[in-house]
Amino acid sequence: MNTSVVNTARMLWAALRMLLVLTVVTGILYPLAVTGIGQLAFHDKANGSMVKVDGNEVGSRLIGQSWNIKGTDKPDPKWFQGRPSNSGYDPLATGSSQLSADNPNLVRDVKEAKKQVARFNGVPESEVPADAVTGSASAIDPDISPQYADIQVRRVAEANGLPVAQVAELVKEHTRARTLGFLDQPRVNVLELNIALRELATN
Amino acid sequence: MSPVLADLLLVVALIGALALVHRPFGDYMAAVYSSERHLRVEKWIYRAVGANPDAEMRWPAYLRGVLAFSAVSVLFLYLLQRVQDKLPLSLGFEPISTDQAFNTAVSFVSNTNWQSYSGETAMSHVTQTAGLAVQNFVSAAVGIAVAVALVRGFALPHSRLRSSGGTPIRTGDLGNFWTDLVRGTVRILIPISVVAAVLLIAAGAIQNFGDIHTITTLTGDKQAISPGAVASQEAIKDVGTNGGGFFNANSAHPFENPGGFTNLLEIFLLLVIPFSLPRTFGKMVGNVKQGYAVVAAMGIIWLLAVVAVTWVEYAHPGAASQIAGGSMEGKEQRFGEGPSSLFAVSTTMTSTGSVNSFHDSYQGLSGGVLLLGMMIGEIAPGGVGSGLYGMLIMAIIAVFIAGLMVGRTPEYLGRKIGTREIKLAACYILVTPALVLTGTAVAMALPDGKDAMTNMGAHGFSEVLYAYTSASNNNGSAFAGFGADTEFFNTTLGLCMALGRFVPMVFVLALAGSLAEQKPVPATAGTLRTEKPLFTGLLVGAILIITGLTFFPALALGPLAEGLAA
Repeated sequence: MNTSVVNTARMLWAALRMLLVLTVVTGILYPLAVTGIGQLAFHDKANGSMVKVDGNEVGSRLIGQSWNIKGTDKPDPKWFQGRPSNSGYDPLATGSSQLSADNPNLVRDVKEAKKQVARFNGVPESEVPADAVTGSASAIDPDISPQYADIQVRRVAEANGLPVAQVAELVKEHTRARTLGFLDQPRVNVLELNIALRELATN
Repeated sequence: MSPVLADLLLVVALIGALALVHRPFGDYMAAVYSSERHLRVEKWIYRAVGANPDAEMRWPAYLRGVLAFSAVSVLFLYLLQRVQDKLPLSLGFEPISTDQAFNTAVSFVSNTNWQSYSGETAMSHVTQTAGLAVQNFVSAAVGIAVAVALVRGFALPHSRLRSSGGTPIRTGDLGNFWTDLVRGTVRILIPISVVAAVLLIAAGAIQNFGDIHTITTLTGDKQAISPGAVASQEAIKDVGTNGGGFFNANSAHPFENPGGFTNLLEIFLLLVIPFSLPRTFGKMVGNVKQGYAVVAAMGIIWLLAVVAVTWVEYAHPGAASQIAGGSMEGKEQRFGEGPSSLFAVSTTMTSTGSVNSFHDSYQGLSGGVLLLGMMIGEIAPGGVGSGLYGMLIMAIIAVFIAGLMVGRTPEYLGRKIGTREIKLAACYILVTPALVLTGTAVAMALPDGKDAMTNMGAHGFSEVLYAYTSASNNNGSAFAGFGADTEFFNTTLGLCMALGRFVPMVFVLALAGSLAEQKPVPATAGTLRTEKPLFTGLLVGAILIITGLTFFPALALGPLAEGLAA
């Protein structure tokens, strides 16, 4: 047996023990400690910021949902609609279209979406903002731009038999400005807006 | 507030935060790697492993440590994925296929974190936390260790004996790999990760070991909500410049990155170690101005790229973006063009590869800038450790070029850059271009390349080029339309990741050893002042020219052709 083989074996054995010890520290103790702190101090957030209506969980504040008529792929006029999603808002299939900015299929999809959103909401195509006709990165984007919420107000009000001004007020209440004025983009959380809308419509 | 002003404030806040911690954190890291004391927990670890933390290593021994540890890691991670269905908390997921398990094991051990799998439907709780997340820590610690060994090559005084406690240090000693590995993990990465993970949870990131949770929505549909120890993994994924997301959507997933605060925090984490290590370097070589010259070169290149990408994204010249009225395809509403671009540049230039928006859908020219950011070798500021050693290699090249111009033997930090040193530096900078260009050429020549593209034409070529660039430079981000989960790509990209990580490390450690054996030469009037702005300019120029010459033809076929056609 020559010594270099023995040395290599000894080195690998030391490396394996080091890996196992560090696995215990970083792979078991670290996540458990963080989970412990998170579950104690921020229980709701650590478990997904779930939202309840009448005692039942109806979704996560952070995860976008589909607002289609049940069992179809047609948008339901009585709800505010989110951004297009290439996975139908399935959280087990996150990711985006990956189409390049001048891909002919994307050009076609955007054109079609623009026409559809304009017709659905009864507004000219020029008023349709970019987020309404493009897929997000996660495919479960919970937010839309305030402009996209605004162009949906009249259609939602009519479908629910509510005064337009009241629904417009609701959108205003649910519009979030940039965090600290510069950290992110102004936005409206669609699930929260729709829950408030449902309350308004059933009262 | 206008979007542009908001983005400007965001960049200023980020730079401000990085500048604030640069000195204290850089000095802290220098102290960590210079200290002769061991923490109690570290002593336990050394005892459990049976390693002598005070034994000095010359470069071959140090390198053997790096390679042995990494080889064992690849094997362990491979096996863990292959038997994950037999272990507890499996979530019912199948074992990962052989080629994908190889690819993923190499990917995480090489600090690349290229992902050809989709986290939420493939990897069990145990694989994620005890396999992938462990490598997030230790592969980062290995990177810093190698960088510190190179710095010691410059810093250690020639031939000395240190009496206090430890073993005497001989000429050519570079420190102890096990000690550097453990200290980087215990004293640097874990503390930052714990704090960052708690902040992430406070801002909405999830942290649990639950099951997939199905709820009924207001419309009567079912929706499956994913569980996971996400925040703890997100924190180390960013601070260790790893990039492998818990979910397929990576940091675009609202559970990983719920809003503006977490977005800034994550970008800060990506950059904090790479931008602070030059201070550590300056401190350890006994001249902090040397560190400033290096960090300035990193900062200039990073900032140029931020401005370029943000500009092109706002201009959105691509046909589909023109019709949509903005470059929002593949971006989240909460981040938009500005914060997404800042994240994209920071992740590609730190060899991280996590994304908060999908680079495949960026405008042609911004995609080109992101590619270029990786092609310059991940040095502005680069991955943890690898950024610093890559930049120091470029500094040696820059000194050499300057030496040729004036006809003097080049020196850097009192060490002669002789034939052996320049050969090692040259070999270092040839490794990744060779892997990138050969890999791309082979993939394009075979049907595999074309089959994997989502987009056709110039952009399709960019997808392939991006994949090999990302793998060979250990970045891990992707033009993710690229269908990388085939036997061909899992294997070839896996090889690129392994060779792109460990072959350069051989040259770096050999160089460190060669420098450490030299007797320092005193500075004279003719010595190039490498702590001056002139040198920073020379360094930036050398980097851009060398990269430009190497990759221009490939870039012209891909992003340039696409961008100019728009």
